[in-house]
Amino acid sequence: MSREPQIPLSEPVGDRIEQTTCYMCACRCGINVYLRAGPDGTPQVRYIDGNRDHPVNKGVLCGKGSAGIMQHYSPARLRAPLKRVGPRGSGQFEEISWDEALDIATDWLGSVRKTDPKRMAFFTGRDQSQSLTGFWAMQYGTPNFAAHGGFCSVNMAAGGLYTFGGAFWEFGDPDWDLTKYFMLFGVAEDHASNPIKIGIGKLKARGAKVVSVNPVRTGYNAVADEWVGLRPGTDGLFVGALIHELFRTQQIDLDYLVRYTNAPWLVIDAPGTDQDGLFARDADGNPMVWDKTTETYGNGKAADIQPALTGTRTLPDGRTARPVFELMAERYLSDDYAPETVAAPTGLDAEEIRRIAAELAHVAFKEEIVLDQPWTDWAGRKHETMIGRPISMHAMRGISAHSNGFQTCRMIHILQILLGSIDCPGGFRYKPPYPKQTPPNLLPHGAAGDIKPEMPLGGPHLGFPHGPEHLLLDEDGNPSRLDKGFSWDAPMSAHGLMHMVINNAAKKDPYGIDVLFMYMANMAWNSSMNVPGTLDALTAKDENGAYVIPRIIYSDAYYSETVPFADLILPDTTYLERWDCISLLDRPISEPDMVADAIRHPVVKPDRDVRGFQEVLIDLAHRLKFPAFTNEDGSAKFPGGYPDYIVNHQRKPGIGPLAGWRGKDGTDFGTGVPNPDQLKKYVENGAFHAHHLAPEHAYFKHANRGYLDWGIAKGIRMSAEPTIFQLYSEPLQKFRLAAMGHGDRQPPERARDRITRYFDPLPFWYEPLEGTLIDTDAYPLNAITQRPMHMYHSWGSQNAWLRQITAANRLYIHTSVGASIGAKDDDWVWLSSHLGRVKCQIRLMEGVNPHTVWTWNAIGKRKGAWGLDDDAPENTEGFLLNHLISELLPKGGGGYRYSNSDPITGQAAWFDLRVAIEKAENTGATEPMFEPLGHDSQPPSSEKLAYGVQFRKQTT
Amino acid sequence: MTCLPKTTDKKLGLVIDLDICVGCHACVTSCKEWNTGGYSAPLSDFDPYGAEPDGAWLNRVHSYEIDNDHWKGTVHFPRSCLHCEDAACVTVCPTGASFKRASDGIVLVNPDTCIGCKLCSWACPYGAREYDQDDGVMKKCTLCVDRIYNETLPEEDRQPACVRACPTGARAFGDLGDPASAVSQSVEERGGFNLLEEFGYKPVNKYLPPRKGSDHAPAVPTTPAKTTGAPIEKLFAWADRALSR
Repeated sequence: MSREPQIPLSEPVGDRIEQTTCYMCACRCGINVYLRAGPDGTPQVRYIDGNRDHPVNKGVLCGKGSAGIMQHYSPARLRAPLKRVGPRGSGQFEEISWDEALDIATDWLGSVRKTDPKRMAFFTGRDQSQSLTGFWAMQYGTPNFAAHGGFCSVNMAAGGLYTFGGAFWEFGDPDWDLTKYFMLFGVAEDHASNPIKIGIGKLKARGAKVVSVNPVRTGYNAVADEWVGLRPGTDGLFVGALIHELFRTQQIDLDYLVRYTNAPWLVIDAPGTDQDGLFARDADGNPMVWDKTTETYGNGKAADIQPALTGTRTLPDGRTARPVFELMAERYLSDDYAPETVAAPTGLDAEEIRRIAAELAHVAFKEEIVLDQPWTDWAGRKHETMIGRPISMHAMRGISAHSNGFQTCRMIHILQILLGSIDCPGGFRYKPPYPKQTPPNLLPHGAAGDIKPEMPLGGPHLGFPHGPEHLLLDEDGNPSRLDKGFSWDAPMSAHGLMHMVINNAAKKDPYGIDVLFMYMANMAWNSSMNVPGTLDALTAKDENGAYVIPRIIYSDAYYSETVPFADLILPDTTYLERWDCISLLDRPISEPDMVADAIRHPVVKPDRDVRGFQEVLIDLAHRLKFPAFTNEDGSAKFPGGYPDYIVNHQRKPGIGPLAGWRGKDGTDFGTGVPNPDQLKKYVENGAFHAHHLAPEHAYFKHANRGYLDWGIAKGIRMSAEPTIFQLYSEPLQKFRLAAMGHGDRQPPERARDRITRYFDPLPFWYEPLEGTLIDTDAYPLNAITQRPMHMYHSWGSQNAWLRQITAANRLYIHTSVGASIGAKDDDWVWLSSHLGRVKCQIRLMEGVNPHTVWTWNAIGKRKGAWGLDDDAPENTEGFLLNHLISELLPKGGGGYRYSNSDPITGQAAWFDLRVAIEKAENTGATEPMFEPLGHDSQPPSSEKLAYGVQFRKQTT
Repeated sequence: MTCLPKTTDKKLGLVIDLDICVGCHACVTSCKEWNTGGYSAPLSDFDPYGAEPDGAWLNRVHSYEIDNDHWKGTVHFPRSCLHCEDAACVTVCPTGASFKRASDGIVLVNPDTCIGCKLCSWACPYGAREYDQDDGVMKKCTLCVDRIYNETLPEEDRQPACVRACPTGARAFGDLGDPASAVSQSVEERGGFNLLEEFGYKPVNKYLPPRKGSDHAPAVPTTPAKTTGAPIEKLFAWADRALSR
């Protein structure tokens, strides 16, 4: 036998380890970056793994995060600022200096700001620093700002915040350690890649039941104990039927409803009047209930009353009113939501629905959890235990990306609340700073009258209207915002409608703009609906031959499909080279038991002339002399750039971007004067700060006296009042009353019926809009997408490792559909919608709803982008369904074309798509095939990688 | 021909839980990332941005649908070297480059003596060996031999990169020769099985089968409650009781 070679077993992994925050997706995990000197002595990334102490990922790291090295060393990275020298789309650029780039940007931005700030639209895509970018846009004074939430998951954020002051999105989590029954609706990887995986692992190990509700059985759905493969967009019917069953079998947590919700509040029943459907209120504005102890009306917010859930009452003024509970019961007990009724449209079996409802009720009420943890409720009453109903749910994009997503999301929350399972042990838990009030006390700003040259906006752009009075309109009632957010087209568009910006700007509907400024959003490709139409809009010219969108500034780290369509490129860094702040002012990394925020800091230096986008924004803010960025003597307020801003900016006295280590000596949390050593403390602590909640504050945060008071003291909560769950949402009814002709702010005629129908204060199911406006017999199938887990929410296919896992996508169809068109694996088909058609290859599968086809999204790339060769599979076989999705709905009755979005929130309805399939000739490449983008400014990509050879140690 | 040790002191290996694996590829890329700079450095990638990107990977995940007596559904199946007790890839090696360590049973390739003849990849029934075109040698799972004994790492990190990264906890590492080890216990409890048992190579790595979904169903009445009469009236009567806010 040969002698075994001696192997060096204890080589140090790197020369040093830096801890920062991942940015391979929106999950924001803590990472350890191992750096080792390369042959020339410069530190190179040897390895990245998860930070065990980090609240989000607790040490693990997903397929994206573990491939971060290839993202960092991508050949598609931009090298220096670029100025366009050829026509848009040609990819002809000239490299320029940062001085020149910033002079140009300052000139373009400054001239618009001096005349009409709304003619500059600033939309940031996968932005994780909206507390800065939004503030920057406020200081600029334009009403036109949002990030990508409008085409991502605003339905989940808005649906939750209007209902229970939290949201699935990033604002809560299942109680992974205690839940016994978990329902996962639709594609939900978005903002919780590792937490969901960790959680599912825990549930499976513990034997809790996992039910997945999804037309496609992949990923999490594949390991679920039960797969409910319903038809896309019918989740609201399924959930409605579950609610129907709970009402029918009287398995509802009535005590919970009375304590924490508006179930007993009285709703005025006075059809035709301007108060119909609003809450009956006393002289002080408090909602009225019928108090059974005193046999008279009481304040619905008061403690120690016994509010009636049933009974029609005659109010002192003679009108009648009924409690919310009765209205709900009537809605959901109707035959519309009977399991037998919903069986056909959902594709489910009525018995299965009844069984799942029975399981939910059994776990909630027969397997309740009791924690020996005393706590004090909002009214000061002490409780010895915390009682939990161990049912939890999660949903994201699969629900969100339908035009009925807001109401469906609300309906899921109603289901949770009827079971008593919001923020109780084993239920769905808030992450601080949530819950907020319902809706949050944050109104949108940017009405036409508030926009003035060189004047900041009076408040943040995005918020939560309580009624028509909070819409952002001009004197004629037209949209104030370019994306028509907070107009009658999308009254509650809490994240804006980035997906409408380019097309609206090109059509000058509602008005034209002079500068479009975008960041990290691939709007000329996979982030837009109707890609061909969007490219036309980006290159449209007026009668003088000038571009209709005259100037486009774009910041990206990579040569994406969008770069060639911009006039000025501000090259961004990778996530390992930058400062960032993941803030409580925006979207922190809190977990249910802790308040947490985080930073990124540069762990390697760029080897090229690139700058972090936020750094550039602060530079521009100084040059443009924004008031909050300029000292009284005219000098720059944050000469140290972004880190200086992170430490020293105060939104309110004592409250800044980071909550940890504030105060003179760095011992304050939440509020405190700026601490010059704050970032040093973050870096020393693994790039995050976590403040653990007291155990008595861990649950019932919406009504927990201690938590509410603590939240106010720490600056994370505005109101000492409890958050009362709005089963019945009065703001919706206010819009509806306006549509019915009441009040001084009413929608245009064309919108009256639409608002009356969809702004139902009680959640209901309706058919997704596209299906109501096209011939569904001609387009019988639903088409949806998801991204593979190893790419979800990540930025591009230039990653040499990830693309070896998925470099081309297929259209997955049910075997029965394949049989009906005589197609087998890898055959080519034409997939058509009312907008256009795409040629692609199929793969047959069993685990998909038979009426549904689906594919991996954003695999298809355009030739010339991302440093890929023209014959890369991404270019030749990869395809996008985006080409089939119209950004506008077909004309409805009034002849007006609404955005292809949720009528309430403006959420892009990606998953409403209806298609037809036919077999195509079995040759060629995907269609449509776009002209290759020029990319002369980019270096060629290497033909071989041997990353790591520089670290090799010989055996002895 | 290369000889196998008669016995090994330990049988280090992986236990992979097919009930939990969601197919996220964390184990795949963390393996690539570790090993491209570790003992096997580099794991070369040919045509990384072109038509046929093709690199050396020591661990891959396959996802497919199955429908048989035991299981119907989608399975995510991670696949890497199983460190067989009767490793044909070792006995076939003409230079002694492939070897099984007597101390812990890990099967390795010595890159200094491997001539890249590929006999081992033909001999391996599991397709677990990867020829590195650029390096001219065979690469394979090392069980992260340069991690598991690495005294410069914290003790809790001395495990293969794939196990360290796996977000769902579907992968475990340990001594399958020790019946008392956690990995052996889980194999015992869950009916862990050998891949292609009938081939007789005695793989050390084990797979845990998917659980039956029905195992997790809460006990509910088999016949759901039926109502007669108007449910809404019954509901209102039920809800009409003293409830305190």
